[in-house]
Amino acid sequence: MTSLHIDVLRSGEGKEGEYKVAEEDPLPNWTADTKLTVVGTPLPRVEGPEKVTGRAKFAYDVHLPAMLFSRVLRSPHPHARITRIDSSKAEALFGVRGVLHSGNAPEIEWYKDSALFDTTLRFVGEEVAAVAADSEEIAEDALRLIDVEYDVLPFIADFTKALDPDAPALHEKGNVATEDGEPKVYERGDVEAGFGQADVVVEEEFVTPAALHNCMETHGCVAQWEGDRLTLWDSTQSIFDVREEVAKKLKLPEHKVRVIKQYMGGGFGSKQIAWKHTVIAALLSKRTGRPVQLMLDREAENLAVGNRNPTRQRLRIGARKDGTLTAISVKIEQSVGAHMVGGEGSNTPGLYQRLYRCPNLRTEQWPLYANTGPAVAFRAPGYVEAAWALEQAMDMLARELDMDSLDLRLKNYAVTDQKRDKPFTEPESLRRCYAAATEAFGWRAYRKPDSHGPRRRGIGIAAHEWGGSGYPPGYAWVKLNADGTADVVTGTQDIGTGTRTSLTQIAAEELGLPVAQVAVHLGDTAQGPYAPVSSGSATQPTIGPAVRAAAADARRQLLRAAGTYLEVDPLSLRVQDGKIFVEGESGHATTVEEVTQRIAPHMIQGHGARGANPEDKSIRTFGVQCAEVEVDVETGEVRVLRIVASHDCGRIVNPTLVESQVVGGVTQGIGFALSEERVVDMARGVVMNANLEEYKVPVVVDVPPIEHARVDLADPAANHTGSKGIGEPPTVPTAPAIANAVFDAVGVRITEAPITRARLLAALAAKESAR
Amino acid sequence: MYWPLLERRLLPLPAVRLKVNGTEYGVAAEPRRTLLDTLRNELHLTGTKKVCDVGDCGACTVLADGMAIYSCLTLAIECEGRDVTTIEGLDDGTGRLDPVQRAFVECDAFQCGFCTPGQIMSLRALLNQTASPSEEEITRAVTGNLCRCGAYLNIVKAGKRASELLREETQTAGAAR
Repeated sequence: MTSLHIDVLRSGEGKEGEYKVAEEDPLPNWTADTKLTVVGTPLPRVEGPEKVTGRAKFAYDVHLPAMLFSRVLRSPHPHARITRIDSSKAEALFGVRGVLHSGNAPEIEWYKDSALFDTTLRFVGEEVAAVAADSEEIAEDALRLIDVEYDVLPFIADFTKALDPDAPALHEKGNVATEDGEPKVYERGDVEAGFGQADVVVEEEFVTPAALHNCMETHGCVAQWEGDRLTLWDSTQSIFDVREEVAKKLKLPEHKVRVIKQYMGGGFGSKQIAWKHTVIAALLSKRTGRPVQLMLDREAENLAVGNRNPTRQRLRIGARKDGTLTAISVKIEQSVGAHMVGGEGSNTPGLYQRLYRCPNLRTEQWPLYANTGPAVAFRAPGYVEAAWALEQAMDMLARELDMDSLDLRLKNYAVTDQKRDKPFTEPESLRRCYAAATEAFGWRAYRKPDSHGPRRRGIGIAAHEWGGSGYPPGYAWVKLNADGTADVVTGTQDIGTGTRTSLTQIAAEELGLPVAQVAVHLGDTAQGPYAPVSSGSATQPTIGPAVRAAAADARRQLLRAAGTYLEVDPLSLRVQDGKIFVEGESGHATTVEEVTQRIAPHMIQGHGARGANPEDKSIRTFGVQCAEVEVDVETGEVRVLRIVASHDCGRIVNPTLVESQVVGGVTQGIGFALSEERVVDMARGVVMNANLEEYKVPVVVDVPPIEHARVDLADPAANHTGSKGIGEPPTVPTAPAIANAVFDAVGVRITEAPITRARLLAALAAKESAR
Repeated sequence: MYWPLLERRLLPLPAVRLKVNGTEYGVAAEPRRTLLDTLRNELHLTGTKKVCDVGDCGACTVLADGMAIYSCLTLAIECEGRDVTTIEGLDDGTGRLDPVQRAFVECDAFQCGFCTPGQIMSLRALLNQTASPSEEEITRAVTGNLCRCGAYLNIVKAGKRASELLREETQTAGAAR
């Protein structure tokens, strides 16, 4: 008897009435007052020893007997049609076992109006052909032996020119990447009336670059067929999405496809969808009868499997003298690249719609096609871009009003989600972040040191809100073994954030077992129940409650059995640290192991599901960051001296893991602020820095002290564990906080990210000549 | 477009003698085969990671005669007669982790873990030279190792911790003697 069952409930009227699935196991909330002994402790990552010894097997490390290696030939042109392709020389090369291209591969639809191997190529790096060979070197040689003739077409390198009258149409419906070819518009109140009420209006255009994810492990997989069953070891954030997509593309039943992902060398959003290479590897494996490894090289990684969409945002923001916002209006142009790949999800308007109380607001979003690699979600997609603009504009407004930037933000504090017209589950959350961050930073007391020589110091602040609520469905099982240990099984992924560890803690807490007696198994579609993609900072708040529910289900069965053996009411029993206690008695009456041994070989199994989110409230996460910088006005160098970050993710399950997420997110934010930028040669449509030499990710010397000012406030209205996500938020406010600090230091506003030396020196020179 | 490889492949490949983690291997490899690909694809020592393959990131760092090198920029044939140590070679068979490895777990000096073996080998090389490095020396030792998750602050912390652990071990060993 288990508590998990699915009820389909009718919630609407008539034939077309809506149905919803109800399957929650109602559990008492872990509130701020609940005494927890495992949750909240800094347990070291449970997979740590595997990772530091090199034993952890990433997709790249799966080596199967007789495995072939593959390479993909990619388009050298931003827009072209293949008129002829001949792979006979490549096929004749010693050691080549299979070649696929538009002339010999099965026709498989891809994206909206394209194919796995399309004869129309829309960006430099688009897939033209693939080779499987005995070695990586032979596969590379073979690519050079494939003869392709291209009919080169006019192209769009600069997405802001996508709607020019002479721009070529990249897709049938034109270059606006929405269903109806129209921009997405959101409006509330009366924006023009709002600007009419304003005493001060700030108007500015902001630009953000295409940032490249540059996961350390490139995208890729190993594919193996056994009869009609396909196994894929894929470097993915979503094993179930890959399974569904691959099954669909190859016309296989889902139970014939197994997707495994035990470890992944970074994803940051770019691995949240099924990409072409997985299906190509499966086809090459089928064709050659051998297992095939298809891992992308660094250049392909940077060209073909995602980037943060570049944006241009034209923003107007108005306020009364006292700082009260009267209107915000923004036109956002953002490039989706050459294709809508799914999972872009760049909700750039979202931050504008929610962060500040503002009755009159209009956001207009233009997703545009261009002949560059497809964009895909990148850690807080849309929000990093929007924060760059909105949070600098707030700083500009504060200066116009002669107000402290912090006070202006507090003046326009929002306690409700104005987009959904619902109160936040924790309306004071952001206020606590403002307090924690500014206090730890010393914002109010800060005095600029006297500048000597060319170096000037300054400080800046920025805030954000984000999702990270988690959502149904998501499942977990718990099995109690005869020796009193527990296996927790779920189909989620640990993408490097520490999911294995935090789920171990949740299960151990609810089961009353020491963490050493709990093992979490994840990342295998054949072994665990469904869990959604690991994205949106949702894994912990989605699967955490499911694991807790499964553990609670197992614990109840365990205590019922113990009650029977002990001849006491099971409700008078509690379990902690592997021991079972009877209420009011000193010492333990029995142990988990004694009970499981008596039951064995019968097995206690718990099942858990993630329940629904509350309908009357909006679950959001919030954060604030303060930065201090030093700018050298002679060299244009910006040194970040320190950052204080405060982020509310509800209950902190593991402070070490949260700290690492915060520090890591800020570090990526520093890269976005100061150095990361895909450079496209506009004349040729070629990416000039698709590598780790000229695309500058932060290195160890770029990272200043980063302090995490903890909030750790359980949000019991969010879910019964009180936890929310922390993966994405820390990277959102870093760049605008730095940009605001740069202005504070030298009085120039850098509106185009990143703040390179060239941009800063040009701005300083312009300021000087305007004098 | 070039052809000569087709004929060349039919010739016997040169045999390369390699000493990796104390074990001698004979590998038939094309002269252009990197040490990295040899370790991963021939010897199945996949702890050493391939990230950029052109010497930009440090994930492939191994030790050659105790010094840190990028194995993607080193040909296998260059390593004849050299003593190569990979992350797997830090396993001394006692089941106890190397001090650098222990420090990494203790300090949470990684997230996804893909750059970790390279970071550890860079620090291992430093500690082979200097038992008590300064923070600056630790930082310099890993400046060539990228970490996209942004674990740098904890990596430096782990470097310091590793040197402490190493000193403690040396003292314990000295006292036992």
